[in-house]
Amino acid sequence: MTRSKLMRGVSTEAGLLLVGIPVLLWTLIPIYHMFLFAISPKDAAFSGQLWPAHPTLRNFEIVFGQKHHFLYHFWRQMWNSLAISCATAVLTLMIASAAAFAISRLRMKGGRLVMNLALFTYFIPAAFLAVPMYKTMGMYGLLNNDWALILAMVTVASPYAIWILRQASDKLPVELDEAALIDGASPFQLFRLVYIPLMVPSLIAVGTYALLLAWNEYLYAFLLLSRETAITLPVALGNFLSADDSPWELLMTAGFIYALPPAAIYYAFRRYMSSGLTAGAVKG
Amino acid sequence: MTAAAIDEAARRELPRRAGFALSQRQAWGLLFVAPYMAIFLGFVVFPVGYAFWLARDPQLYVQLANDPIFLRTVVNTLVFLVVAINVKMVIALFLSGFFTHKRWWVKVLAVLFVLPWAVPSIPTIISVRFMLNPEWGVINTLIFSLTGDDGPNWLNDPILALSLSMVVHIWKSLPFWTLILLAGRLAIPGEIYEAASVDGAGAWHRFRYITWPSISTLYVTCTLLSMIFTVGDFNSVYLLTGGGPADLTHVLATLGIRYLRLDQLGMAMASIVCALPLILPLVYFMMKRLSR
Repeated sequence: MTRSKLMRGVSTEAGLLLVGIPVLLWTLIPIYHMFLFAISPKDAAFSGQLWPAHPTLRNFEIVFGQKHHFLYHFWRQMWNSLAISCATAVLTLMIASAAAFAISRLRMKGGRLVMNLALFTYFIPAAFLAVPMYKTMGMYGLLNNDWALILAMVTVASPYAIWILRQASDKLPVELDEAALIDGASPFQLFRLVYIPLMVPSLIAVGTYALLLAWNEYLYAFLLLSRETAITLPVALGNFLSADDSPWELLMTAGFIYALPPAAIYYAFRRYMSSGLTAGAVKG
Repeated sequence: MTAAAIDEAARRELPRRAGFALSQRQAWGLLFVAPYMAIFLGFVVFPVGYAFWLARDPQLYVQLANDPIFLRTVVNTLVFLVVAINVKMVIALFLSGFFTHKRWWVKVLAVLFVLPWAVPSIPTIISVRFMLNPEWGVINTLIFSLTGDDGPNWLNDPILALSLSMVVHIWKSLPFWTLILLAGRLAIPGEIYEAASVDGAGAWHRFRYITWPSISTLYVTCTLLSMIFTVGDFNSVYLLTGGGPADLTHVLATLGIRYLRLDQLGMAMASIVCALPLILPLVYFMMKRLSR
């Protein structure tokens, strides 16, 4: 009896490992491969070894020192990425929280319509909207301007943001608004002094979502920005690919550096992300 | 009267009780949605309207139908949607079960598992692309050292290249859907499983009669959502294959951009309009599910 139980326990553990190990390898190999390139001297990364014979930080030195003609604007492009994603996050938060407040707390007429329009936008594949968006930005005279990408990313990010914030704010007790309004608060004061403080966890989730969306964006960035000093880091990485003499190890090093902040931010805000963002999806 | 209905009634009474004129409330509401509406009009309505206007010429659709690349693209897109998404969702369903096991190392693995989704796609997809390089990529180096033969020219074969794009797509988005399905599984009360175990139900029966009925709706929702998102997946194909070899691995998401870069704007828009019969029913269905 105990023996068969023990046997069953062992086979369960073995079964779990049989799943766990392939999952671990599958997940990490492309990322580890990138890391391996980054710490290998030029030409040594192709040898197929698990660990380079002479690991080096030389590649990082070259990237940080902008010592290669592909990387002359590395810091500038990093700054562009940072500025654009922060601006996207802030604008998305302002626009989406105001809209969610109007729909959910003020219960305005037509709020449902606005919500449906936003949801509909959320379902337009981003790659399809990109083509007309490119022409439109050209008409507005915004091409090669940071604002083109910021506004495009706000357009893409705010529908989901509004939807998530609306769901969260529907859960706030109605008595709060009542009490504030009886005390003579204007809707704007209600928004700023009662609503925003209560919504902080969801706002963090949504802000992180918008920030990561803009930081990771490639397609819109490469359509809307083209000048060397205007592009974001992913576009610069993409430009490596089109050249024949690309220094692969530097491309992977720069890519590794570029991938670190979103991973760090994701793990820092994971608590908010998983509760805030999956809640919406699970509901369906 | 349920609690929700009471809530609802209280909400309606609020303006009267608070002495707060409805029209004024409506004015504030409009003011608060105005920024979003401005974005929506300027960057959704106008571009989409412009796109339809550009795509109005019926001649464009004749041209599209005569373009072999377009037909190939439509087939690729359908194959991509049907194969990649179903494979991904079945794996996600399976792995979400794996991640319910309470072991310290499963928890650690769950944290690492999210990495592909959390990091940007461009460096990781380029990394995969390097692994697949026929001359010096790590995969063919490995094949050569093990068998002494040269490995295949991975991205130069359209079927292989498209399949690898699907693999990249699955690698990237599997964690997200696994987590969602995991959340669905964790919402099922544990006592039900305990009761079933006492009654002698095996793993398969527990899945078949407890887990699946509880999360099947979620599973279908996720599959449809994933379809909508995948139609717009530009990166997995473009960054791995660039649409090549010979433009044989394009999907609708990359074809529009290809036409745009060739300065055939009308064709770009027309190819997108052709995708609408595929997407609009899905969107309609999802909207009905999500907007409650």
